[in-house]
Amino acid sequence: MINTILNMSLFLFMIAIAISLFRVIKGPSLPDRAIALDTIGVNLISAIAIVSIVLKTKAFLEAILILGILSFIGTIAFSKYIERGVIVERKSAD
Amino acid sequence: MKVNDVILKTVVRMVVFIVLTFGMYLFFAGHNAPGGGFIGGLVLGSAIVLLYLTYDIETVHKGMPFDFKKVAALGVLLATGTAIGSLFFDAPFLTQTDGYFTIPILGEKHLSTVVLFEAGVALTVIGTLVTIILSISEDE
Repeated sequence: MINTILNMSLFLFMIAIAISLFRVIKGPSLPDRAIALDTIGVNLISAIAIVSIVLKTKAFLEAILILGILSFIGTIAFSKYIERGVIVERKSAD
Repeated sequence: MKVNDVILKTVVRMVVFIVLTFGMYLFFAGHNAPGGGFIGGLVLGSAIVLLYLTYDIETVHKGMPFDFKKVAALGVLLATGTAIGSLFFDAPFLTQTDGYFTIPILGEKHLSTVVLFEAGVALTVIGTLVTIILSISEDE
């Protein structure tokens, strides 16, 4: 019973990631792509958590943390590029 | 135009310490769990990159006045230094040793010279990562 539910949720996460990937490739504007990449990151974190429940292991917790950190940094870099056109500034603006 | 990024700066000021703590945990967990010098160095380097993203190069250099090319060179020197050190004890190149020591307050601990080698690897990774990111983000 519980295994069926977990496998079904993994399948649904796969569909969600595929839809977000479509938005990343097609996305008419850059903010669409940034939000779609962030959504893929969140879905991947959840899928890894489900996998670690299925396999009954704690070995993937570091992978979850690292994926969260990298997705956070990636979203910040993407949105800063959209907002200001430069990622690392030489001097503060004000 | 005055930029308004109070939320980003406040959040990053907290998050950087979490990321640095996690990086040090990964660095020391590498002996018998997932982790090690390379991954710990990557996480520590990404924390520094996060600081560079949120603030600017001048502000970060005021608090962290390192030339990251020299940090990478120091890391390579440290790693090869511990590798060469084994030659003085009639052991092959890169031989590492370990032992159990009793420390007054902490009790019996497992100490190993591979930590020094891993520290060199971590410093190399941090220096290379930050140098690459800062080089490709230059405008001119």
